[in-house]
Amino acid sequence: MNTATECLLRMVEEHHELEDYQGGVPRWCTGCGDNAILAAVQRLCRDENLHPEKTVFVSGIGCSSRFPHYMRTYGFHGIHGRALPLAEGVKMSRPDLQVFVNTGDGDCCSIGAAHWIHALRYNMNMTLMLHDNQVYGLTKMQASPTSPKGTKTNTSPRGAYLDALNPLTVTLGVQNVSFVAQVVDWIPEVLYDVLSAAYHHEGFSFIRIIQRCPEWLPRLFEPVLHDTNRVLLLHHARGLKVSESLARTYRKQLEHDPSDIHRAREVASGTDPIPVGILYRNPEVPCYEETRHAGPLRTGAQVQKALETELDKYTVWPQAAEQAS
Amino acid sequence: MNDTTMIPLAERPVVTLKEHIVEIISDSGEGAQRCGQSLGSIAARMGNGIWTVEIIPAEIRPPARSVAGASGNRIRIGASRITNGGDETDLVVAFNEQVLLGRVRDRELKPGCTILLENMWRSHKDPAIAASYAETHDKLVAAGYKIYEVPMERECLAVVNDARRGKNMFALGMLCSIYSLDLGLAREQIALTFGKKERSVIDANVRLLDAGHAWAEANLDFKYRIPATRSTVPQIVVNGNTALALGVLASGMDICAMYPITPATSASHYLSDVFEKVGGIVHQAEDEIAACAFAIGASYAGKCAVTITSGPGYSLKQEGIGLAVMGEIPLVVINVQRGGPSTGQPTKAEQGDLLTAIFGSHGDAPKVVMAASTIEDCFYSVITARKIAETFNMVVVVLTDAGLATSQQPFPRPQFSESWLAPPIDQSPVTADTKPYDWDPGTGLARRIAPGQPNGMHTITGLAHDRLSHVAYDPDANQEGLRMRSLKLAALQKTLKAPPVFGGASGDLLVIGWGSTQGAIEESVETLRAEGLKVSSMHLRFLQPMPPGIKEAMKRFKQVMTFESNWGDRPEDEIIDETNRRYTALATLLRARYLVDVDCWSEVRGQPIKPGTICRVIREKLNRRTLKAANS
Repeated sequence: MNTATECLLRMVEEHHELEDYQGGVPRWCTGCGDNAILAAVQRLCRDENLHPEKTVFVSGIGCSSRFPHYMRTYGFHGIHGRALPLAEGVKMSRPDLQVFVNTGDGDCCSIGAAHWIHALRYNMNMTLMLHDNQVYGLTKMQASPTSPKGTKTNTSPRGAYLDALNPLTVTLGVQNVSFVAQVVDWIPEVLYDVLSAAYHHEGFSFIRIIQRCPEWLPRLFEPVLHDTNRVLLLHHARGLKVSESLARTYRKQLEHDPSDIHRAREVASGTDPIPVGILYRNPEVPCYEETRHAGPLRTGAQVQKALETELDKYTVWPQAAEQAS
Repeated sequence: MNDTTMIPLAERPVVTLKEHIVEIISDSGEGAQRCGQSLGSIAARMGNGIWTVEIIPAEIRPPARSVAGASGNRIRIGASRITNGGDETDLVVAFNEQVLLGRVRDRELKPGCTILLENMWRSHKDPAIAASYAETHDKLVAAGYKIYEVPMERECLAVVNDARRGKNMFALGMLCSIYSLDLGLAREQIALTFGKKERSVIDANVRLLDAGHAWAEANLDFKYRIPATRSTVPQIVVNGNTALALGVLASGMDICAMYPITPATSASHYLSDVFEKVGGIVHQAEDEIAACAFAIGASYAGKCAVTITSGPGYSLKQEGIGLAVMGEIPLVVINVQRGGPSTGQPTKAEQGDLLTAIFGSHGDAPKVVMAASTIEDCFYSVITARKIAETFNMVVVVLTDAGLATSQQPFPRPQFSESWLAPPIDQSPVTADTKPYDWDPGTGLARRIAPGQPNGMHTITGLAHDRLSHVAYDPDANQEGLRMRSLKLAALQKTLKAPPVFGGASGDLLVIGWGSTQGAIEESVETLRAEGLKVSSMHLRFLQPMPPGIKEAMKRFKQVMTFESNWGDRPEDEIIDETNRRYTALATLLRARYLVDVDCWSEVRGQPIKPGTICRVIREKLNRRTLKAANS
C-alpha cells in the first residue's frame, strides 16, 4: 500500500507537460499543415498523460513522416510506404505500447496503398494520421493520387490527368473498417477532438487530415478558407459535439450517426463542401493483435515441451529415444 | 515380362547391396510422394542411411500421363549414412509410361535400370493410349531397360474399390519385399502416416501394403538386402523446411512474418501448426515487403523476429533489409533459394542468391550471410542466426534451397538447451545521457534500447544518423555510421573458427563449396581419394563474414575450385576468356578476397549436383593438368 504522500508524489512525477513531448525543432515550412497536427498531437499526449517511453510514432517517407523526429517519444521513421507494416509489427510484438502512424498521401495512398487496405482489415489498435496535402512536397511538387484533376505540377505541367482518389470512400469500402474521420488543418478544435476520439477508439483509427502546402500548392485551399460554407461539419450525439463558437462560424452542418456505414459512404463521397468530423465508428470490430495473442507469454519450459512433442513425432528409433530419456 | 513366368520365391537369391536409389513416380495426386516418403521412413527405422528427394512437377495439376507431369519421390537407401541424393536411379516404380519418359529425358535413370511399370495401359480402351504404352515399352526395352510389367490396378481392385487411391501403398508393399524391409515396421509407418484418418482408412492401406508385398514375393525374380545398423542415439527424420521451422521454435523467436512463396511456404505451414500452441505467431502479411517490415517492427519493439521467403520475395525485401541494417535492428531472414532470375524455376534447387544475399540492398549494407549445408544444419542455423542477430544487432540471412527444403535425412535428435532461447530484452536502466547508438569504437557494437525504457526515447531512422539517432547532416557522422556498421562484421569474424578440411590437409586440388552441395562434394572426395587422387574439400557455413583460415588452407593445394549451382561461364564457350568470364558466386568472392586463382564448375539443371558428375569433372581437370605437365 502506498501512503497518501507517495501517491501524490507519483502523480506529480507522472504528470507531463507539453515540453515533455517536444523533440527536435520542426523543419517544416512556415504555414505547413504538419505544424498544426504536431501541436494537436502534443496536446493530446499531455492531456491523456501518455508515457513518452510507452508511446511510438511510426512513419514512412515524405514531409509528414518527419513527424516522429519532432516528438520526444519513441519513434520509427521508416521507409517509403511501409509505415503501416512496421507499426503492425511493433503492436503485435508489444501490445502495451501506444502506436501512432504518420503518413502522407503519397506514402499511404500511392506507394503504400496495399498496406493501407490491409491495415484496415487487421484493425490493430493504433491511430493513423494521413497528412493529405494533395501533392508530393519533399520531392518538390509532383502530382499525388489525391491531387485534384488539372493540378499543375512538375510531372503534370498541363494539369493532373486523372480524377483524384478519395481516401475516405476507399477506406469505407474495406472489410473490418472501424474508425474513419476527416479533418482540415485550419480548424484546430475539430482536429483535436477527432484525434482524441481516435485515440480512445479501440481499433484502427483512420484520420484523413486535409492540410495546406504553402510551398507547392499555396492557392489550392484559398477558396475554401475564405468560404466557411464549403466545410460541412458532422455532428451527432454519438459523434462529435460542435461548440457554439464553431457552430457560429461553420453554419453548414449535418447530423450524421457514425454507426451508419451506408450513410457514411454517402457523406464520404461528397467533396464540396468538405465533410469534417467522424464518418464512421464501430467499436465491435475485433483487433488482430487480440485475436492472435491467444495464450500467455511463452516460457522456456513451454518452448522445450512443444519442441520435444514435435521431435517425438519424427524420432525414428523410439527404443533409442526411450533409452535416452 | 509376364507375371506367370516368374521364378518362384524359393529360388530367388537375395543380393546384398551397399546402396540403391529407388524412385516412385506417378501423375500428381496418385500418392507416389507419400509412398516414397514412407519407404524412406521405413528404411530409416530399419537403420539404413537415407536421403529422399521430392520429384515435383512445376504445374499444379499437369494433365494425366504427361511427360513433364512426373510427381514422386526418390530415395537413396544405404548401408551407412547417406549425405546426398546420389547419382542416377537404380530402380523405378512407374504408374504410367509417360512419366518415365520425362525421367529418361532428364537423364535421371541409370542406363539399363530396373523398371516396375503399371501395365493396365496395354489393354486400355483408348487405342491411342494402348499403342503409346506398347511403343514406349518396346523402346525402353530396346534401349536396355529391364522392365517388369506389373498389374497394379488389377491387384489393387481385388482389395479396394478405387485403385487410383491405393496404388501407392501396393507399390510400397512391393518395395518392402524387394528390399527385404520389415513389414511390421511398414504397417506401423502406415498407422503413423494416416494417424489422423479413421481406422478403416488405415486398415485398407495396410491390406494394400500386404497385397503388394505378397505379389512381389510370388512374382519377382530378384530381391535385395541393404544391411542396416541402428544408431545408438535417437535420430529424427524431417525435411529441410520442417527443420527450419523447428529451429525457429527452438530459437525462442516469437514472431514469423511471411507471404506464401514456393518452395519456402511449407516451413510456415508447419510453424503455423506448432508455433501458436506456445504463444508464437505466424503472420501472413499482404506481401513480401510487408512481411519484412512487420518482422522489423516486431524486432524493433521486442525480441528478434524472422521472415521466411524465397528468391523473388527476397528481392522484394531488399529495401526493408537495408532499413534494418541502417537502424541496427536484429532480424533473421531465411531464403529458401529456387531457380532464378525472375520467377525462374519455383520448385527446383539452385544456389543463385549468394551475391544478392551479401550485396543486396542499395548502398553499403553489411549483413551476416550463413548457408545451411545439411538438413540438420537447417535446424541449428536458425538458432545461431537468432543469436548473432541479437548479439550484433544485425540482419542475418540464412540460405537454404529447394533441394534441402524437400529432402529428408536422419540426424541425431536435438537435445534442447536453454542457451538456444533468446534472453529477455535488456531492461537495465537507461540514464539520461545514454546514446541510442553508443558505438564501441573497436567493434561497432552498441546496446539496443527498446521502447518502454524511460530515458531511452529516440527515433530510429533509415536516414544517416549520429550516435543520438539524429539525422546526420554532418559528413563525419555519415562516415562514422558506415564504419561502425561494417566493423561489426569484423568483430563477428574474429569469433569464427576456421572451417575444417575434408580429406588431406594438402594436395593437388581443394574443392570449396557452400550450402546443399556438401554431401555430394565430400562423397566425391572420398571416391577420388580411394582412386589415389589428392583431392580435399572445404565447406563454408559463413559466407559473410568469411571465417579465418581459408587462405592458409588454399595455399596448401596446387589448385582450388568451387562446385556450385549458380551459373558461371564455361571456358570452352568460344567467346569466353579470362577477361570476360563470369565466375560462380563463391568463386568470385574467393578470388576477390584472397587473390587466389580459384576455378569453378557449375550446373543449373534444377537438380542437386550429383557426386558422379563432380568426380568426372575433377578427374578430367586433374588429368588435363597431368597431361599439360607431361607435354611441357
